[in-house]
Amino acid sequence: MYSFEFSRPSTIDEAVAALAEEDAQALGGGQTLIPTLKQRLASPSVLVSVTGIPEMQGVCRDGDALHIGGATPHAVVAREAAAHFPGLAALAGQIGDHAVRNRGTIGGSLANNDPSACYPAAALGTGATIRTNARTIPADDFFDGMFGTALEEGEIITSVEIPIAEKAAYAKFHQPASRFALVGAFVAKFTGGVRVAITGASEEGVFRWSAAEEALSADFSVAALDGLTVDPEGMIADIHGEPDYRAHLVAVMTRRATAAAT
Amino acid sequence: MYPVAMTVNRKDIAAEVEGRTLLVEFLRETLNLKGAHVGCDTSQCGACTVHVNGQAMKACAMLAVEADGAEVTTIEGMADDAGALHPIQAAFREHHGLQCGFCTPGMIMSAAALLEENPKPTEAEVRDHLEGNICRCTGYHNIVKAILAASGQKLPPVAAE
Repeated sequence: MYSFEFSRPSTIDEAVAALAEEDAQALGGGQTLIPTLKQRLASPSVLVSVTGIPEMQGVCRDGDALHIGGATPHAVVAREAAAHFPGLAALAGQIGDHAVRNRGTIGGSLANNDPSACYPAAALGTGATIRTNARTIPADDFFDGMFGTALEEGEIITSVEIPIAEKAAYAKFHQPASRFALVGAFVAKFTGGVRVAITGASEEGVFRWSAAEEALSADFSVAALDGLTVDPEGMIADIHGEPDYRAHLVAVMTRRATAAAT
Repeated sequence: MYPVAMTVNRKDIAAEVEGRTLLVEFLRETLNLKGAHVGCDTSQCGACTVHVNGQAMKACAMLAVEADGAEVTTIEGMADDAGALHPIQAAFREHHGLQCGFCTPGMIMSAAALLEENPKPTEAEVRDHLEGNICRCTGYHNIVKAILAASGQKLPPVAAE
């Protein structure tokens, strides 16, 4: 690892001030960032840990939404969201392994926007609102291609507001070595319609499968998905799966998520 | 350098660390606690698993400075002060839950976290919980058996026997 300074502020304002330094980098649970630093793939001047900021911790329900602090670990979401939004809690409970879930945070996962991460599917699949120190960003405007987001330099995710679906489920085809999703589908039914978000498949990162959303909004059943496919063009190709395999998995995992939600 | 103070295996310690010092490096090199192993360079193998404030974490994916103020338990802290093995350690010995032993500290720390949260896990729950701990020798069966035994349950016939 290259050398860096370390800062652990206790308020959002202090964190924002610390992140104003050139090449400063926010640190959540570090479950991606620390391995990245070990590989010398990043060389921040200062790491600003946001895990010591009390107002960025915890899960609380406010009407039809859950507010989750940006530095809340996955294990806490898995436990505390269970009574309110079981589909979301189940997704959080399948991220990585148990040690990763004790440390990794929702804000860190969303800010990193790994194309195979689980949380981007939940955020996009529920139409969540990402709150930062500066503004609120709808999930539909937040994700910007593989590892890309709408966040500006030094901007941190302070909380995420997740609308609670009437019915929802996440189906993840585990890539057993990395424990990321080879393909994952989050299906959520709201009064206003159904949202379907797919992770792990596209070279553009997480995306909404609009044809499936239309079909499920008209008829929320597995049969409504019969015959629906996605184009393999633009799907990820790597040693774990070719584009046509991933395109196939998109349909399969969407069907499984729908079956689990109905 | 940053001052850190933490409790490691029931002992208060204070030291100075660089920002980039990993918790596992601090435990192994500064405190000379060699039990937490570094089995990979990618934070995937789980051999470095320790407890931080009672929760299992990968000591290779955490900075020592992040553990400032924390209570840390490593495999060396599992036996009691008189040296009697922790029941999970004893069960690993009894049921041959290790061969080369490299993954064992992480396996035991992971298992201890599981039994803390879920004292009577099913075989499937044990296997699911161990997804982040890689063993290259045992094929896992005796590890699973040892953890089930340590939970005080009657041993079911374990798969592939």
